[in-house]
Amino acid sequence: MKILVAVKRVIDYSVKVRVKADNSNVDLTNVKMSLNPFCEIAVEEALRLREAGKATEIVVVSMGVKAAQDQIRTALAMGADRGIFIETGDAELNSLSVAKLLAKVVQDEQPGLILLGKQAIDSDNNQTGQMLAALCGYPQATFASKIVVEGDTATVTREIDGGLQTLKLSLPAVVTTDLRLNEPRYVKLPDIMKAKKKPLAVTTPAELGVPVANTITLVRVDAPAERSAGIKVESVDALIDALKNKAKVI
Amino acid sequence: MDITEIERDSMEFDVVIVGAGPAGLAAACRLMQLAKEHHQELTVCLVEKGSEVGAHILSGAVIESRAIEELFPNWQELGAPLNVPVQRDELYLLRNETAAVKIPNAFIPATMHNEGNYIVSLGNVCRWLAEQAEGLGVEVFPGFPASQLLLNEDGSVAGIITGDMGIGIDGEPKDSFTPGMELRAKYTIFAEGCRGHLGKQLYSQFQLDADADAQHYGIGIKELWDIDPSKHQEGLVIHGSGWPLGGGTSGGFFLYHSENNQAVVGLIIDLNYSNPYVSPFDEFQRMKHHPLIADYLQGGKRVAYGARAITKGGFNALPKMHFPGGLLVGCNAGTLNFAKIKGTHTAMKSGMLAAEEIFAALQAGDTGGKDLSGYDARFQNSWVYTELQASRNFGPALHKFGSLIGGAFNFIDQNIFRGKLPVTLRDDHPDYAQLRPASEFAPIQYPKPDGKLSFDKLSSVFLSNTNHDEDQPSHLRLKDPTIPIGKNLPLYAEPAQRYCPAGVYEVLGEGAEARFQINAQNCVHCKTCDIKDPAQNITWVTPEGGGGPNYPNM
Ligand SMILES: Cc1cc2nc3c(=O)[nH]c(=O)nc-3n(C[C@H](O)[C@H](O)[C@H](O)COP(=O)(O)OP(=O)(O)OC[C@H]3O[C@@H](n4cnc5c(N)ncnc54)[C@H](O)[C@@H]3O)c2cc1C
Ligand code: SF4
Repeated sequence: MKILVAVKRVIDYSVKVRVKADNSNVDLTNVKMSLNPFCEIAVEEALRLREAGKATEIVVVSMGVKAAQDQIRTALAMGADRGIFIETGDAELNSLSVAKLLAKVVQDEQPGLILLGKQAIDSDNNQTGQMLAALCGYPQATFASKIVVEGDTATVTREIDGGLQTLKLSLPAVVTTDLRLNEPRYVKLPDIMKAKKKPLAVTTPAELGVPVANTITLVRVDAPAERSAGIKVESVDALIDALKNKAKVI
Repeated sequence: MDITEIERDSMEFDVVIVGAGPAGLAAACRLMQLAKEHHQELTVCLVEKGSEVGAHILSGAVIESRAIEELFPNWQELGAPLNVPVQRDELYLLRNETAAVKIPNAFIPATMHNEGNYIVSLGNVCRWLAEQAEGLGVEVFPGFPASQLLLNEDGSVAGIITGDMGIGIDGEPKDSFTPGMELRAKYTIFAEGCRGHLGKQLYSQFQLDADADAQHYGIGIKELWDIDPSKHQEGLVIHGSGWPLGGGTSGGFFLYHSENNQAVVGLIIDLNYSNPYVSPFDEFQRMKHHPLIADYLQGGKRVAYGARAITKGGFNALPKMHFPGGLLVGCNAGTLNFAKIKGTHTAMKSGMLAAEEIFAALQAGDTGGKDLSGYDARFQNSWVYTELQASRNFGPALHKFGSLIGGAFNFIDQNIFRGKLPVTLRDDHPDYAQLRPASEFAPIQYPKPDGKLSFDKLSSVFLSNTNHDEDQPSHLRLKDPTIPIGKNLPLYAEPAQRYCPAGVYEVLGEGAEARFQINAQNCVHCKTCDIKDPAQNITWVTPEGGGGPNYPNM
């Protein structure tokens, strides 16, 4: 079985996000970018399935600016077999366009299982996997914390509010990963060298014949309100007074 | 499982380089250029502890382009990020919290003039150099600290071992445990920058500093600001000294107007200060309230914060830079020219010379592990040496005579005699030994930060984007864990609480309850604790790969 994993280049989780002065978007100049942590978990799961003999090939796909090939290389260094990069340039891609491009790759590659992160930590959309399943007409299981592949089915445990839900899907299927699914491995130095030599095909939406119309415009981004500095009160009376008159909470 | 006994994978290269700063990257590029010129196969591997190249680089920086021009004569065409030529140079003496005297141009030491220099983000310059290095065929591995020296049986350096990944806070391997690798090389270049952790071991292993004066250091604290475009003057360079420092604490500040309406502001404090109550962080925060600086920052927004120690002993403190199997370059050796407060061009040149020395040896059929003493001659015949020698008195003069008379000495020495005065001033007291007992001083009351120009430590560290996996052993090792509370606290009011710019060290509780807490996750890898602890009890070691700050264009 072939597994297709979709991965995204996002702002690194340790970086404090900054909004541009004109509120038009998040400022990404000089900012460290990384593989989306949920996508990393998806790659790890694919590797574990291959190591367990459930899969034979892992194909990683990403899209965006040229530099996003770095994230495919990271996945290849973790152990994926080959990459597909769809160059879409700077243009903001909405989830539907991403799903349509992925659907075309699914059509070409015919994977038995498609793994995605449940969401990207930059825009938190949580919809690409769902859209992809619908476009392909495949069953889906989101927020997976456990995946067991047996023959032509996958049994997936999902993290839902206050509990777990287990589903059995017939393959091919789309599964999106949650945080507890696994802990991704550390990349080894020789594997980074090997990854440089693994095949990475580069294509474009035009070559794939998928129009990517932008139907959503980003209007404005605001940073969370800053916490104003606290004050020290001298006595209980002063505290009550401050709560009543300054904070107006009692 | 005993992790010292672990079976490690091993890889071999012709040359391994530790550290992707200007020195290491210049060495890597030069090696590959020479290999290409001579149609020779050469394998060069460069490891960097930061999560990406540039992530741990913090500098001013106004740089001289001399070394870059030598390395890549077509640097402009290649898109080197030297975009802002210095337009104007100003030097001030801050007299108190509101007054400043501008030093007339004619009185500025020649070494402090910046015509022809560029304001850069050294982090971005390193990112660019790393691209060139990779383009030339160097294997660059960010996220891999060199954590141990690898020695041959004859004691020569055989390479390094990269850090183990996945060891828990209890010292036990976790499920994800991935042992570090042996990276073996004919020659290893150590370019770890100021107070390198392997460099420190090499100094004692090979007694590299036996004939040198004590090394001296400073701590540089820096912020990057988006400032009001109407106040921004691209290319403006401001330096100064004086307030708020005094009482035996010396240093200087900088304020550079770089590109995209950004400005950088920083304070470098000499680490030979004697008052244990001095807090470099708080000195820097209050300094920004001086009208000379505040006027530019007001209405702006702080983007990034960080700190890094600086090796400033100069010529007199230069160690032996060669030993069997390797070379020491850049600030790891101490090639910074303190009269100019510039170490980038000299670090790069020292790396390039190391590359030339090693390449010549390999070309002659050398199989590695030799003591490349020929490096000395290359170094001594280069402009770095001439430059450092001419500046040899600058730092000692300031240490000896204070900034006023020392400054006058420097002016005469540098402008009239061009550094050729036939005297050499020496300053042989290590910085850590200069601390005086707390009982001789009153605690310093620093003003509360206003949240606009000045900030507290925690919100500052937040802007260094520093991060360490919490489940790992502390990378700040105490040789004797009883010293902080048992000795440093009663004697020096435990200065680590104040000299650490990231709030890593805390004394919690009082009296018999007092205990020392190390918040290692906050560390920004500045190395100040390793330098300034009066008991020399703290050893900084490399944390798990990728840990540490994630500086943007610092
Ligand atoms: C506040 C401040 C202002 C300055 N201003 C200027 C200026 O205006 N102009 C100027 O020319 N110079 C300036 N300098 C000095 C200049 O930054 C240094 O001289 C220069 O960076 C030294 O280069 P280097 O390559 O030797 O070391 P560094 O730049 O320190 O680079 C060392 C690299 O090695 C990595 N490393 C260290 N140890 C290991 C390890 N064990 N394993 C793997 N990687 C490791 C580090 O993460 C780092 O990336 C300033 C310095 C400071 C602190
Ligand atoms: S712990 Fe040491 S190296 Fe880390 S930030 Fe503090 S002083 Fe610097």
